[in-house]
Amino acid sequence: MINFLTYLINGISLGSIYAIIALGYTMVYGIAKMLNFAHGDVIMIGGYLIYTFATTYGMHPLLSILIAIVGCTILGITTEKIAYKPLRNASSNLAVLITAIGVSYFLQNIALLIFGANTKSFSSVVSWKIQLLGGEVIIQGITIVTILTSLVILLLLELFIKFTKSGQAMLAVSEDKGAATLMGINVNRTISLTFAIGSGLAAIAGALLCSAYPTLTPYTGAMPGIKAFVAAVLGGIGSIPGAMIGGLLLGVVEILSKRYISTQLADAIVFGILIIILLVKPTGLLGKNIQEKV
Amino acid sequence: MKKLSKVISVLSASAMVMSMLAGCSDASGDVTSTESGDATVTESGASTFKIGGIGPTTGAAAIYGSDVRDAIQIAVDEINEAGGINGYQIEYKFEDDEHNAEKSVNAYNTLKDWGMQMLVGCVTSAPTIAVSEKTYEDNMFMLTPSGTAVNCVQYDNAFRVCFSDPNQGSASAEYIAGNSSLKDSNIAIIYDSSTEYSAGIHDSFVSKASELGLNVVSDTAFTTDSATDFTVQLQTARDADADLIFLPIYYNEASLILTQANTMGYAPTFFGCDGMDGILEVENFDTSLAEGLMLLTPFSATATDDLTVSFVSKFEEMTGHVPNQFGADAYDAVYAIKAVCEAQNITPDMSVSDICEAMKTGMVEVELDNVLTSPTTLSWDASGEPNKDPRAVVITNGVYELCE
Repeated sequence: MINFLTYLINGISLGSIYAIIALGYTMVYGIAKMLNFAHGDVIMIGGYLIYTFATTYGMHPLLSILIAIVGCTILGITTEKIAYKPLRNASSNLAVLITAIGVSYFLQNIALLIFGANTKSFSSVVSWKIQLLGGEVIIQGITIVTILTSLVILLLLELFIKFTKSGQAMLAVSEDKGAATLMGINVNRTISLTFAIGSGLAAIAGALLCSAYPTLTPYTGAMPGIKAFVAAVLGGIGSIPGAMIGGLLLGVVEILSKRYISTQLADAIVFGILIIILLVKPTGLLGKNIQEKV
Repeated sequence: MKKLSKVISVLSASAMVMSMLAGCSDASGDVTSTESGDATVTESGASTFKIGGIGPTTGAAAIYGSDVRDAIQIAVDEINEAGGINGYQIEYKFEDDEHNAEKSVNAYNTLKDWGMQMLVGCVTSAPTIAVSEKTYEDNMFMLTPSGTAVNCVQYDNAFRVCFSDPNQGSASAEYIAGNSSLKDSNIAIIYDSSTEYSAGIHDSFVSKASELGLNVVSDTAFTTDSATDFTVQLQTARDADADLIFLPIYYNEASLILTQANTMGYAPTFFGCDGMDGILEVENFDTSLAEGLMLLTPFSATATDDLTVSFVSKFEEMTGHVPNQFGADAYDAVYAIKAVCEAQNITPDMSVSDICEAMKTGMVEVELDNVLTSPTTLSWDASGEPNKDPRAVVITNGVYELCE
């Protein structure tokens, strides 16, 4: 029982990381209707920025996270302007998807050039932990911080979308770009803002990911990014609470299947879930089923 | 209709992502196409040896390839300065293969067009196997510093400086069985089932361990794509009361395992192979976590013999970091080529095939006694395997210390 509890906690801890990454995916998809496959790599850049300022220049971790948020926001807006915006009206959705994969590789190789291939060990921004049942069950502080951060972000995003003008504009753009334009909403600016927020979230996710799993290489963001995408689809892509639930669920499934089925098959199971979800409930757990007229 | 296309695009995206991942994890894919047309090597008035090198200098394995590239450069510069091989200077060119078999064959073709006569490479196993097919066809001599998979030297024109995977696995089991403080341990194994290197060592370790009566209590794997969370593997080992964990994996994953074991409050003895070499150089890594870690490695950058000291200081001056064993293997490879060329009176005006034949004869006769990667001597079998002794080191106060 204690064993099971330990695995469950490990699962939630991994899942909370997926959840916070999935928030960024789902938000950009919900509004700009594009899958930003480079999201995981923006996280990696965020990790490197924090590492550089906190470890190399010895700044306070929180200050370096702030710098990373600013840096990633600028990066997000720039890639959107250069790589995605010109393709917004392209005939095929695939064009921008392929571009996103290209941006992902571009960022990885840029990081390789600037920071080198050597693995860097990230110093956790949270080092305390809670011991329960006489030290048999350990809950990492970073897990609690990650879950709380995700909840706060979730809440702030919901409030932002419901109660601000820009938030309402995002909602409008997500429902119908053309109509939003006719209503006087600046679609380009709204989408840029979406990318800015998404990339800022990526920097926070980078801090939490690298604190929980403290190695940093140019490929750090790639795999968690893909898993988080699965989590977003599982929860219903475009739905912000869905991303949260999907992430936690995926983390628990991954750890438990590693423990009780096979350590090697865990990934196959995770991606198998993606396929099953898409077959059975294509909108995901919390996804809205909107009737679209052809 | 619109919705359908959206679903299709999501599906195709995930399919694409998965095929991308498959591409990443399995770099040993088929090598097709990439014929370089005419394979003629020009030898018009050749007055220099042309030695080529191939290895990953970008991509996930870049640290190995760039060390090999720089170490060869150091050896070549030294030899050229001292008058070259048989009075001929060496020209040297290195091509990147990104740890990808197909790109490695492309790199080989590029070097062949340049006029390469001997190859020091490749650095990683899967590319080495792919390129060895080509060098065998062309009868070009190749000496891989670090291609550890068995098939890297399946042809008679290919030799290696490093130990093979099975060799390392059985040597580790023998070392543990022969060490009075380790032989009664409960052993857990955590290995990477998606790399040939780790799986190869694992298999030979397991069979040797059962032969020697070692007590293996847990055996878990991970794959390159799931190499972030090791809590399950560690918890399984702990539940089985393991007090020695054998890690036949590369150091970047190992650094995560050490960190996660520490946060769990679990402190067994860790035992690694040559891939563990480099763990102390992980930037910002808390080296106290690696205290007591044992590894079998052919090369130790902190050894105090003259050759190691001079190599390490030159390497540090050139690159700013301490060389790993891949670099040391490559350095020895160049000197092995030099020794054999001198023994067999090989000159650059010979054809590639003639050089290869002479090298094949010479490699099994040569014995190097002053090398970086063996405490004693270094010689070769006709099978391409090196004869040398492994050395075990233990990390004490943040540096390698030789075990007995």
